[in-house]
Amino acid sequence: MEEAQMKEEFKTETNETQMEEKETEDTQLEEKDSYLQTEVAPALIALHPFDQSIAVTVGSELRIFNLVKNCAVSLADESKEMLHRDSIRALRFSDSGKLLVSAGDDKLVKIWGAESWQCLCTVNSEKRVSAVAISKDEQYVCFADKFGVVWIVDLVGLAENQPNPDKNAVAIFGHYCSIITSLEFSPDGRFIVSADRDFKIRVSVFPKYPLKGVHEIQSFCLGHSEFVSCLTFVHNSDFPQGFLVSGSGDSTVCMWDVTSGSLLCTSDVGREANLSEESHPAVTDLYATADGSLVAVAIQRQALEIPLSFDLLLSILQGILLLSCDLSAKRLSMLKVVPVPGETFIPTRLGTKLSGNLLWMVTGASNLPGTKESSFARIRAVSCFKKKSNDSDLEPRVLEDTEVPGGDQLLEKLQGSVSVESTVFSAAADALNAAMSSLLRKKQYSDEKRDFRKKTRNDKKFKQ
Amino acid sequence: MFFLKSRPIEASSLHQPIILGKKARSMLESKGNSTFNKSTGLPRKRFYRARAHSNPLSDSHFPVPLSPQHVDYSLHFPQIFPSPDRSGDARRIEFADVGCGFGGLCISLSTLFPEKLMIGMEIRDKVTEYVKERILGLRTTNPGQYQNVSVVRTNSMKYIPNYFEKGQLSKMFFLFPDPHFKEKNHRRRVISPFLLDEYAYVLKEGGIIYTITDVEELGVWMRTCLENHPMFECITDEELEADPVVKLLVSATEEGQKVARNGGQTFQAVFRRVALSG
Ligand SMILES: C[S@@+](CC[C@H](N)C(=O)[O-])C[C@H]1O[C@@H](n2cnc3c(N)ncnc32)[C@H](O)[C@@H]1O
Repeated sequence: MEEAQMKEEFKTETNETQMEEKETEDTQLEEKDSYLQTEVAPALIALHPFDQSIAVTVGSELRIFNLVKNCAVSLADESKEMLHRDSIRALRFSDSGKLLVSAGDDKLVKIWGAESWQCLCTVNSEKRVSAVAISKDEQYVCFADKFGVVWIVDLVGLAENQPNPDKNAVAIFGHYCSIITSLEFSPDGRFIVSADRDFKIRVSVFPKYPLKGVHEIQSFCLGHSEFVSCLTFVHNSDFPQGFLVSGSGDSTVCMWDVTSGSLLCTSDVGREANLSEESHPAVTDLYATADGSLVAVAIQRQALEIPLSFDLLLSILQGILLLSCDLSAKRLSMLKVVPVPGETFIPTRLGTKLSGNLLWMVTGASNLPGTKESSFARIRAVSCFKKKSNDSDLEPRVLEDTEVPGGDQLLEKLQGSVSVESTVFSAAADALNAAMSSLLRKKQYSDEKRDFRKKTRNDKKFKQ
Repeated sequence: MFFLKSRPIEASSLHQPIILGKKARSMLESKGNSTFNKSTGLPRKRFYRARAHSNPLSDSHFPVPLSPQHVDYSLHFPQIFPSPDRSGDARRIEFADVGCGFGGLCISLSTLFPEKLMIGMEIRDKVTEYVKERILGLRTTNPGQYQNVSVVRTNSMKYIPNYFEKGQLSKMFFLFPDPHFKEKNHRRRVISPFLLDEYAYVLKEGGIIYTITDVEELGVWMRTCLENHPMFECITDEELEADPVVKLLVSATEEGQKVARNGGQTFQAVFRRVALSG
């Protein structure tokens, strides 16, 4: 008797708890979605693999500069219907350099011909798009939405001069109720790797007929203790499969064997660069050199709570970190900080061409709450971004604006103006940090809030 | 130029195991049965109220192990694994009862398969605590028995890969799961085309997935999902007859017993994990 009675009590209580739990999860996602409309999106950058052009996004704007002809490029059709209507969140060239894909908060995935700069095809997504990848054979574009579903579009029949065939996306796999932050194909094209807000990296076998779904999971790479923000493969001719490298909100960069999912090495970049442990600045982007010897790491700017000497501030907080990578020993180790002198430059994205020794960086934001500026972008480039050398003349160094290829014309096009008001840098960095945290970090309920949640549940109605 | 010394960090030094809270640990370890009602032998409600601590690793308040290696077997199976270091012991959890409710199935399986380790997974805090106490009670009243069964509070739809390695499980149970009738809520169903990819990952080849429901629509849905998945194959009727576990799907679970009492119909789908062809 008592057993039955107790179970009934449980049932009423628990059904509600359970409902609440699920509802919270769903509303959190939905809330995030609407909150995002006023959210700040970081500026993105992508380099053509053979250095023909450079693409930058700021909010909904896609800006292209032709590095060969040294001139600004306008998109073939700049009528409003052809452009993005909301912040672009993902941008990438195909390996051959024939295509560029852009996608984002307007739920559109646009595939551009990187010669004509025609939009060859626009695919509608049901939800906002958070990441894109192009298969190694360039037959497929994959994209991930804010609800953790990965979609695929086949590129059959896509060609310059006959744009806009009707293309629909097919859902191929998912991360249940999570936000996918990054999608990446392995160098040999065998695997598609997806990273999410729930600390997970999933490695899936990319099948011969992917439109039928991606069912076979090769491994999970587990070990990050915060959202995973970015992925890249480090490989070279000696290690053609290379290793996966991931950056996270836990301030670390990890190196993985994707076949087994095993963690090979962790570099605590936040601690090694002396960034405050409490603030846990997130790694925002990674880039590996073509020879697999270096990984460049962009890391969030930390809140300036700890008193540091001015010199130290300048050298630590601005710029990028370089990790040296030893593929045979499966090791990453901190090499140096490349400082950006003169301004609070916290790169939001990195880019480089495959063969290049220039690393391009952008910092910028779609909008700047609380300032007069509507949006801003700043481009910098680092020279000698390759294997460290003993010759100190070949040390990586941030180029002056006058030394940047393309010069003023490039800056004018990609930044929107040759010079950028330096006061907006900090504001943008703070706004971007806040946006990233609210999107990806797990909510930590305060004790009071949790107590309130508990009181409003049915638990307390138990008679003891 | 600002140089930093080069110092790679071992993975192990960074990520300490994070699994059960202190209170849960002491609950699992508590010896006496004073938390049990003397006349009914059942755990008393007031001893398993919600934990006060929350783990920052999750939106909800339960801790999530960083990876299957971080699952502390010594908390779940203290007699079998006296220390958290299980490097010398190849035994792993092999059965998972997903959405185990009050734990009836796990408890029956525990004595039917005394050599296997098994775990119930349940999202509701109090139900999980109840099952925990139920198991502890059985351990005290039946010395040497029920050491191979445990329960964990988690959202199985998100965290299965945090608990089990590839091919670790030989049986998974999804018994009388919540139906989520509305079309827009179908994505909340514990059996879905995408989640089956994860179940196929944690199940070894030849492993078996058992599903049952009293809701016809859900029964059709679960069967269809399994039939359409390239890594599952339907098990023949003869095999089902021979499998002692199949009978437990109704008789050992609280939901199954309820359905049986009311003379209700059940719909089961039992499939084997097979290698991907082609
Ligand atoms: C109707 S009950 C069935 C319980 C048990 N299997 C039986 O047959 O008696 C379904 C159970 O699944 C649990 N559940 C629902 N969603 C879950 C999830 N995502 N993770 C873990 N458990 C879940 C519910 O809390 C509930 O206890």
